[in-house]
Amino acid sequence: MANKILLEVVTPDKLLLSKEVDVVVATGVDGEFGVLHGHVPFLASLAIGEMRFKDGNDTEYAAIAGGFAEVTGEKVTILAEAAELAREIDIDRAQRARERAQQRVEKARAEELDYARAEAAMQRAMMRLKVAGRGSGMSI
Amino acid sequence: MAALRDIQNKIAAVKKTRQITRAMNMVAAARLRQVQERTERFRPYAAKFSEVLGSLSEGIDQEAHPLLAQPEQVDRVALILITADRGLCGSFNMNLILQAQKFMTQQKSEGREVAFYAVGRRGIDFFKRRNVEFAQKLPGVMNVVDFDLATQVARLGLNAFLSGEVQEVYLLYSRFRSIVSQIPTVEKLLPISPEATGDEDESSQEYLTEPSAEEILVDLLPRYLNVRVYSGLLETSTSENAARMAAMDNATKNCKDLIQNLTLAFNKARQAAITTELMDIVGGAEALKAG
Repeated sequence: MANKILLEVVTPDKLLLSKEVDVVVATGVDGEFGVLHGHVPFLASLAIGEMRFKDGNDTEYAAIAGGFAEVTGEKVTILAEAAELAREIDIDRAQRARERAQQRVEKARAEELDYARAEAAMQRAMMRLKVAGRGSGMSI
Repeated sequence: MAALRDIQNKIAAVKKTRQITRAMNMVAAARLRQVQERTERFRPYAAKFSEVLGSLSEGIDQEAHPLLAQPEQVDRVALILITADRGLCGSFNMNLILQAQKFMTQQKSEGREVAFYAVGRRGIDFFKRRNVEFAQKLPGVMNVVDFDLATQVARLGLNAFLSGEVQEVYLLYSRFRSIVSQIPTVEKLLPISPEATGDEDESSQEYLTEPSAEEILVDLLPRYLNVRVYSGLLETSTSENAARMAAMDNATKNCKDLIQNLTLAFNKARQAAITTELMDIVGGAEALKAG
């Protein structure tokens, strides 16, 4: 059995997660990357995307709203401005957030105002829903 | 008798005031704890952030990024003032406001214009009454200080800076030193000074990066601004609640003193009334006896 790596997910609100896992896969701006114990020191920007980590046979998912990851041989630190574990995502809330974001995008498109921001909100909402779906094994 | 009733009413009124100030004191204490918890939970994020930023910005051309580039000439600066939304916290808001005025006067004397951003109702009301122009105002947001708010505030500064409207951005907030000491503090947010990023400790890592270090920096620096603003907001909120706690504690004590004095006055008046009455009775009896 390979050595484990310590995964920490830190947001401004709290330390979301601190756990020894086998492997971490996160979505960087240039695509997904996986990290195992003994990885060289590594720093990556994270896109709005999902992160998953495997511990034994259990795989868990989390939605990450952008940020970055710092990897040393023993530890992965994910600094995200917002992050949620799949099992903790409130689907109703996420659903509503997506609808709101949708409206904002349309409004922004019409008025050419802050389009990028509205779209980012939309992306985050969609990602949350996607990850939430994974957590409970249901599809959207 | 009228005077007696008056004093009694007054005592009852002061007692009610004391109830209110005592309740406010307890509310402020509870909020203070909440904000302090928030600050505590934010600390790991902020610490890690500075660490990574520090090791990343080593060996990178400081002029490479627009947020790091020092302006050649400054003729317009932005000031972001954070105050509380509510009063009844002693001189807390006034201290911040005075500092803001001082800052503006000083900038103007150096021939710079000031674009004024205000967060929190107290500061807004004060400057509105004095017809100061706002670039933007955010009233009623200090009740819940969260990271979204910080992002929002930081974006104001960032946009003004990137559009070239202003060449420097300052944040004026209240630094929390202790329960009894909160200090209005001006900090330069933009351009980000190299010292602020260069936390050069020896443990700093050499990283492989993806994408390039420069590109990560582009992503990182605006976020760093959020972190700075968020800690400013948290400090201000902590200070506010501490100041209110102290102010309300004082008020409660003053109420107690007032009640004591009033009770004394009441007893004296009552005694005087009794004495007068007795004199009357004795006088009357004497008169009857004599008759």
